[in-house]
Amino acid sequence: MKIYGKVLKYGDNINTDLIIPGKYLTLTDPHEMAKHAMEGIDSSFTEKCKDSIIVAGENFGCGSSREQAPLALKYAGVKCVIAKSFARIFYRNAINIGLPAIECETFWDKVQEGDMIEVDLENGILTISDKNVKVKAQPLPKFMLDILEEGGLLNLLKKQTRK
Amino acid sequence: MNIIEKILAKASGKREVVPGEIVEANIDCAMVNEITGHLSIRYLQELGIEKVWDSDKIVMVIDHTVPAASVEAAELHKIMRRFARSQNIKYFYDIGFGGIAHQVMVEKGHVVPGNVIVGADSHTCTYGALGAFATGIGSTEMAAVFIKGKLWFKVPKVIRIYVEGSFKEYVTAKDLFLKIAEILGENGANYRGLEFGGPTVASMNIAERMTICNMAIEVGAKTGIVEADEKTLAYLKYRTNKSFQIIKSDDKNSYERSLEVDVSNLPPLVACPDSVANVKPVSEVEGIEVDQVFIGSCTNGRLEDLKIVAKILKGKKIKNGTRLVIVPASQEVYLEALKEGLIETFISSGAIVANPTCGACYGGHIGVLASDEVCVSTTNRNFIGRMGSPKSKVYLASPATAAASALEGKIKDPTTLRWAS
Ligand code: SF4
Repeated sequence: MKIYGKVLKYGDNINTDLIIPGKYLTLTDPHEMAKHAMEGIDSSFTEKCKDSIIVAGENFGCGSSREQAPLALKYAGVKCVIAKSFARIFYRNAINIGLPAIECETFWDKVQEGDMIEVDLENGILTISDKNVKVKAQPLPKFMLDILEEGGLLNLLKKQTRK
Repeated sequence: MNIIEKILAKASGKREVVPGEIVEANIDCAMVNEITGHLSIRYLQELGIEKVWDSDKIVMVIDHTVPAASVEAAELHKIMRRFARSQNIKYFYDIGFGGIAHQVMVEKGHVVPGNVIVGADSHTCTYGALGAFATGIGSTEMAAVFIKGKLWFKVPKVIRIYVEGSFKEYVTAKDLFLKIAEILGENGANYRGLEFGGPTVASMNIAERMTICNMAIEVGAKTGIVEADEKTLAYLKYRTNKSFQIIKSDDKNSYERSLEVDVSNLPPLVACPDSVANVKPVSEVEGIEVDQVFIGSCTNGRLEDLKIVAKILKGKKIKNGTRLVIVPASQEVYLEALKEGLIETFISSGAIVANPTCGACYGGHIGVLASDEVCVSTTNRNFIGRMGSPKSKVYLASPATAAASALEGKIKDPTTLRWAS
């Protein structure tokens, strides 16, 4: 699975309240959630997030178990999140709703906001297209790739129950 | 193996597990609230699932916006009620019958030692206070649990936290956890388990153990856990009829590392904006003016917390210009506080006492902060905008520090409060 996109860069400890503030948790439509994605930290996010890849520092998605956080990012047009590390519930949620998330300690320092990059999830390779830079990241295990291929755990379950 | 490894091994039918191993464990109990539950319910409907795996192992609680503060919130409540009815969910705690889910789960006997419990809320780790392995998951995974009753876990590395010494008066379990957060940092236990032990933890009551396990997630931990003992058994005696087995760690080498904390000289602490790890002694930030004090939440809204607050507030008035909002964690806590006269003390001091709800803790309702306002809160998160305006500031503190600050209208060290009224 390969993903292309434009980098949006953020720092450490981007928590779920920054990704989607608590007051929007009564929303039920993910497209509506998407309108408030990253509202807590970047008011211009929704103008630039189409077909983007977030590259963040340590502990991305810490805090709440709200699945609304990765959902808001996915529906806002974020194709993938790369971070030095993820908070575990966010990480699981992201994979489960079909938002690829991949860990890499060293990529953050090499990449700049606006760079076009390619993410190879299967082999764990991150490429900055114009700079000819390739960085090795943690590849995803097969069962996670299966979930992502289907666009999320729900679709995978649908397929399995249909069988 | 340590306690977490043993519980996960047992739940996945293995003799032994090691950190990093992925196991599929049977789930003993699964909890959802209305904020996360409505998504799980919708997913089940999309999948055409007619019957959940075990309607007696599911607990549903309405707690985030109680009672409904908007049409949107009311709709979520309605989805919960209909689902509970259609699936015959015995343990559905509607408004008036429960309170904040984590308190309800423990006081209603849904948590017993050795169990594997998942909740669609990050503070599910609270239940480790009774020696269970409990962790937060998202709504999609919860839908999968509702179907299969199983979930995969990566066996975590475990950090052992050994606590000794006795607390000074008005220094509490909350201050202990803030100390741990300062040492470990916001990310210090990511993907790991925290096992709390040592003489101080042994002498703590269940409410205090819940406070430290509740906050395990704030340093990234998958769960916090305390081995069950006589105190646990005494607590559970009239609360549950579930059978269970007490599981204990038996291998000193099964920890990634150990951390020792002596609380003898621990002062009251606060976590300053905007991080739980931005910890300072209360004495260093004394004098900062406070607009609102919030006492409640799954961290510090229990009877034991409210008793400390009442002791400090008794016969006194809070400072003019400061608001005090007190929210008992559950209907049971509320009723006990009423019987013991605590509520009267609060109201006489000028506090607003609201019904059990998550409310102010997540910036939902009943005590939302305006821009530039400062709040001292007994909750567990002070992220930017967590309790309202992104320009508000939240200091996390113990109930004692919160009460003392309400009296002074400024952040105040409770150990140096002058008692002459
Ligand atoms: S009281 Fe606060 S931290 Fe606890 S469950 Fe409710 S919103 Fe979450």
